[in-house]
Amino acid sequence: MRAAVIVLPGSNCDVDAYHVLREVVGLETDYVWHQEGDLSRYDLLVIPGGFSYGDYLRAGAIAKFSPAIQEAARAAAQGRLVLGICNGFQVLLETGLLPGAMRSNESMLFRCRFVHLRVENTDIPFTHEYKTGAVLRIPVAHGEGNYYADAETLQELQEHGQVVFRYVDETGAPTAAANPNGSLANIAGICNREGNVLGMMPHPERCAETILGSQDGRRVFTSALAWWRNKGVIGRG
Amino acid sequence: MAERWENVGLTAEEYDRIITILGREPNDLELGLYGLMWSEHCSYKHSKIHLALFPSAGEAVLQGPGENAGVLDIGNGLGLAFRLESHNHPSAIEPYQGAATGIGGIVRDIFTMGARPIALLDSLRFGTLDEPRNRYLCSGVVSGISGYGNCLGLPTVGGEVYFDSCYRGNPLVNVLCLGLVPKDRIVRGQATGVGNPVFIVGARTGRDGIHGASLLASREFDESAEEMRPAVQVGDPFMEKLLIEACLELFETDFVVGMNDLGAAGLTSACSETAGRAGSGMELDVALVPRREEGMNPYEVMLSESQERMLVIVRQGCEDQVRQIFEKWGLEAAQIGRVTDDGLLRVRENGRLVAEVPAASLSDQAPVYDRPRRRPDYLDETSAFDIDQIPVPEEYESWLQRLLQSPNLASKEWIFGQFDYMVRTNTIVYPGGDAAVLRIKGSERGVAVSTDGNARYCYLDPHLGGAIAVAEAARNVVCTGARPAGITNCLNFGSPERPDVLWQFRQVIEGMSEACRALGTPVTGGNVSFYNETSGQAIHPTPVVGMVGLLDDISKRCTAGFKGAGDVVVLLGSNRPELGGSEYLVQRTGQVTGRPPRLDLDLERAVQETCLAGISAGLIRSAHDCAEGGLAVALAECCFLSSTDDLAPPQLPGRTPAVGVQVSLRSEMRPDALLFGESQSRILVTVKEEDVPQLEEIARSNGAPCTVLGMTGGERLMITGGPAGQQLIDLLVTELWQSWQSALEKLLGE
Repeated sequence: MRAAVIVLPGSNCDVDAYHVLREVVGLETDYVWHQEGDLSRYDLLVIPGGFSYGDYLRAGAIAKFSPAIQEAARAAAQGRLVLGICNGFQVLLETGLLPGAMRSNESMLFRCRFVHLRVENTDIPFTHEYKTGAVLRIPVAHGEGNYYADAETLQELQEHGQVVFRYVDETGAPTAAANPNGSLANIAGICNREGNVLGMMPHPERCAETILGSQDGRRVFTSALAWWRNKGVIGRG
Repeated sequence: MAERWENVGLTAEEYDRIITILGREPNDLELGLYGLMWSEHCSYKHSKIHLALFPSAGEAVLQGPGENAGVLDIGNGLGLAFRLESHNHPSAIEPYQGAATGIGGIVRDIFTMGARPIALLDSLRFGTLDEPRNRYLCSGVVSGISGYGNCLGLPTVGGEVYFDSCYRGNPLVNVLCLGLVPKDRIVRGQATGVGNPVFIVGARTGRDGIHGASLLASREFDESAEEMRPAVQVGDPFMEKLLIEACLELFETDFVVGMNDLGAAGLTSACSETAGRAGSGMELDVALVPRREEGMNPYEVMLSESQERMLVIVRQGCEDQVRQIFEKWGLEAAQIGRVTDDGLLRVRENGRLVAEVPAASLSDQAPVYDRPRRRPDYLDETSAFDIDQIPVPEEYESWLQRLLQSPNLASKEWIFGQFDYMVRTNTIVYPGGDAAVLRIKGSERGVAVSTDGNARYCYLDPHLGGAIAVAEAARNVVCTGARPAGITNCLNFGSPERPDVLWQFRQVIEGMSEACRALGTPVTGGNVSFYNETSGQAIHPTPVVGMVGLLDDISKRCTAGFKGAGDVVVLLGSNRPELGGSEYLVQRTGQVTGRPPRLDLDLERAVQETCLAGISAGLIRSAHDCAEGGLAVALAECCFLSSTDDLAPPQLPGRTPAVGVQVSLRSEMRPDALLFGESQSRILVTVKEEDVPQLEEIARSNGAPCTVLGMTGGERLMITGGPAGQQLIDLLVTELWQSWQSALEKLLGE
């Protein structure tokens, strides 16, 4: 499996995603400059966190015109894996690869802290190594992570198991107090209908080693690798 | 009518000196260049002779004072570049942009050295939060740091915040940046090689920030300060991020000869300093400088402090490759001149000569002053203060509660939670404890870093206060298991033209130097901010020390919180009846008075060595510096940060403290001094019961007092003590924690 970390002007979690993919999970990984127009050699494309184009206009809005992001859309259509983290999630929403939109946090403040997530769907390439309902400890760091979708879209997301992660408390309950940004239905991460495109606000790459206080995020990457090794079949056990 | 020199802030004698240097009268532009470069902010003319006292030599020092940042050898072929700088005056006028551009400036100082910036810390001071203006300044500064630092992708991993009425109208914003550079690839701010092209890269030049250095930073504040808002620069963190990446990509090549950021005094400073350091000259044409507005004259171009710009001197023949690298990042790179060998800074406009002065005369030949110093009279009164005038309180629990909710001691999570302190995934001890620790990927090593400076102690005894600032910063670093390696500093004072302020300045430097020598931590650089006054009232003398330390094995790092129940709590160091300058005394009397706690540097070293040896031997499970608020507050903090999981980050939201503590303090001294006194050289540690004898042996061999105080466990903070051994404190930890945790948010969060 070969992974690419797309570097947009203003990306800043590119080094963190690269470190986890290459040093922790052991994947062949390249940085790919956003001007590159052919990413057909990659099985996994990661759009990392940061402030692409300074988040000017709207978070993620300008990045969608980059050739590499348009390549990500092609990869998604071909069933290859696309993961957008934080600003990468915002980019996926702006490109329309995932439905909905992001608003400023309810507090109107950037917040960096550990939160708890519940894994709602373990039948996709990125999460099949987690147990359904598992509660993860994982950091968020954003000012615009307040997910919104209209009622119809939300219903579709829920019906098709596209809500992958929700903010919960330590016991796994999706309470208002456990929601760090005001997201609709405590949504922290969603996937497309096929499950090969995942967007999430929390940072799995920041909690993939014990020295960082948690390695609960590691399985997002190892799940993807196992799925690929298993030739696209969700393995159990 | 004002004399010519007065218009640029110089004296008649300084003007005569310029005539002697040039052998003629300067033209208006030339006079403007001198006015700027000989301002206090750029020339350090009032501080230079005093700063020379700092011990700056050391085996590990790769670069000492005089460059854009100091560099320490940290092993594995790496240098650690670090510097601390103030942005006080701009932040007083426009807090968001003032703080944001403060970050931009210090980050440029670091990558100018060829270093990849890896982290930021902020040392902040504001007036008390009961005044709306101070709340506005505090929120604005925090937003500015958040907006700029987060966008750069640099973790803000620590710092400190204090509130005192002396900072009313004149907040302090000091920012520290750290960076890593391969030892053999340190870049210097030197313009060498005759004929080498000089580029300006990054943002375009506009009229913003003209006179920032000379007007804003080199005079005190009065009612007209608001009118200087246009002199505050405006920051663009996205541009800075591109500039960092482009410059670091350029450093991978061998095209670069020298580099300097365009900060205070813009092109004037960057050109004269790079040529001055190298002993060369430089010729440039202002017409070639890309502009963001039309009709700028040479004076405006040379003085502009537009942000996110760098001066780069490259090898002749590499011009096209250099341009290509900046083009990739969407940045402009314009050749504006070349290096010469005649020692002159020659400025042209479309070929026409508009200024010609010796480069080194701007950067290095400003007059140096040894102005009068005098001990201030108030010290007679404050040092005569007698604690026995203050009755012992009836009970202590409400005082502990009150202290824990005071903005100076309450949790700072509302502030640091707005900063991304994890990005780059190197932060392995998070903010909220004694010092932050960053791992160096690809090695077992780590860097610990802390900022510290108690200005109340400096106000009451500047020599002692200066020494304590260094000792406490070192102690903070030691609590993580790191050995202190060196310091940088920022000295924030009132007007140096006042003898009492200059006396304080000198005393602080002497005290800091003494402690640096005793603790083996050289001073690798620093920054001075004078004229921190509002309407004639100077701030407390406020030195801020940025201390870095090294950990050989990050798996042995230590944190402040207790690690579960059943550990023995031990005090390294000893308690003395010292309440002078304490937070408790301020809360009780509303006054900053008394004598600050004593500092015995031999004892300090003994305590620090014991702590380091205990951590390195794997005995010490938690270590926390005993500082403002005294022993009772330190014990409470160890409970607040406690966990049963060694690796858990200490500030998980909604996470309640894991454990309480029960201690007994046998002492004859008055209980409030015992609980809340701020005696120096004390570290609270915990060990397993069976390891107590071994720790005692280490302490004995180092000559450090070592006292078993009690044991962790239960849900309460229980302290007995005093002459009668009575119950002083018995409170539920979670209740104390809730008020400590939410106090700042209640004041600032609306």
